[in-house]
Amino acid sequence: MREIGVSKIKETVTELCLRANFELRKDILKALKSALKKETSTRAKNILKEIMENAKLAKKKRLAICQDTGLVSIFLEIGNDVAIKGDLEEALHKGVEEAYKKGYLRKSVVDDPLARRNTNTNTPCVIHVDIVKGDRVRISVSPKGFGSENKSAIKMLKPTASVSEIIDFVLEVVRNAGASACPPLVLGVGMGGTFDHAAQLSKKALLRSIETRNAKKHFRSLEKDLLKAVNSLKIGPMGLGGKTTVLGVNIEEFPTHIAGLPVAVSVSCHATRSAEKII
Amino acid sequence: MSEAISTNKMINISTPLTEDVRKRLKAGDEVLLSGTILTARDAAHKRLCDTLKKGKSLPLKLKDAVIYYCGPTPTRPGRPIGSCGPTTSSRMDSFTPALISLGLGGMIGKGDRSDEIKRAIKRHRCVYFLATGGIGALLSTKVKSSKIILYSDLGPEAVHKLEVKDFPLLVGIDSKGRDLYDKAGRKKE
Repeated sequence: MREIGVSKIKETVTELCLRANFELRKDILKALKSALKKETSTRAKNILKEIMENAKLAKKKRLAICQDTGLVSIFLEIGNDVAIKGDLEEALHKGVEEAYKKGYLRKSVVDDPLARRNTNTNTPCVIHVDIVKGDRVRISVSPKGFGSENKSAIKMLKPTASVSEIIDFVLEVVRNAGASACPPLVLGVGMGGTFDHAAQLSKKALLRSIETRNAKKHFRSLEKDLLKAVNSLKIGPMGLGGKTTVLGVNIEEFPTHIAGLPVAVSVSCHATRSAEKII
Repeated sequence: MSEAISTNKMINISTPLTEDVRKRLKAGDEVLLSGTILTARDAAHKRLCDTLKKGKSLPLKLKDAVIYYCGPTPTRPGRPIGSCGPTTSSRMDSFTPALISLGLGGMIGKGDRSDEIKRAIKRHRCVYFLATGGIGALLSTKVKSSKIILYSDLGPEAVHKLEVKDFPLLVGIDSKGRDLYDKAGRKKE
């Protein structure tokens, strides 16, 4: 058994939260650069330029890329052979709290969906744990702003639903997101599993680089078809028209029930933020 | 492009945003705004409207003022403000007509507005501006100073008074009710 103390985990969470908020992901930056080359509308080009200039400034001055520094989700993959010493849950929440204090990040979490008192710590965070093989721990941190989160959706399709029905649902989600989710967007699509698992998969899909494609051929081609379809909506940067409505679509899938086909779409913005480390 | 939508005109404007200034702006105009703006979003709007419903007068002067839908990150020492980009305007739609009727000069946010807001904007000849979403770091460099003036218990949702210089905006809905989102092909199902 390999022992890992929770203080190491807490430190890593703090480091990752800061990095995610100050440094735009390389795959997103690359996609924005490529979008700028393809765009023909002056207004769309200006918006993309502003987004990239903002990313440069944020990294240099250690300023939050976006003022909505989000509600943090932490995805842990804990190796079978790892023994964690200490209160893991507390370490995760404290790691986030420390980052949001040190980094002058916004405290956007309320303690209760109805009472709504700001916790002033940006905690609790949402925690997902998977047990995997090996003796390492992979920690992925994803601060999620709610302009985009509010546009995420799930549909329980019939098991006989066609690919075009799936595409229609995703199109509907993107149309509904409109300008409010800050296009150009990144879409995480979760397919299969159960109602909740599809939603979780859609979030995990956002952690993956948008340059990587699903391992299975039929999902790879669906990722490409979805990207083409949503960009043909021409919603454009900030919803003001253009070729770039979505920068990338990632699908994650899981076996499911003979009577169902859950499809969840996590809508994310051009500041799709995440950072990970293996310890 | 129709004459109702301008192209590539950088216009310098400053607060107070009088009707005179507002009348000259067209949907699609690129403007650089200087002067004083007030941040207010969901919770502050609800409080302001609750105050009005109780028949009390507002602790803010809204005539020709500009409200910015924004909840900034905390301020790093040595800087005037944290990251401060716009939040989604449509969440404030239900509260806005009452504020517009009190003489509000302009609003800054992102995304489109309801038809009711467009009518109110047209009736009172005010303007809705768009700031690009997600560029809070860049926009913070246009803010020269910031101070919480109301509802400090709301933390990031408090009303801040910001002094800005050359804050880059697009005219989203002008005083004649022309809407940039309509021209950009806003969904009309």
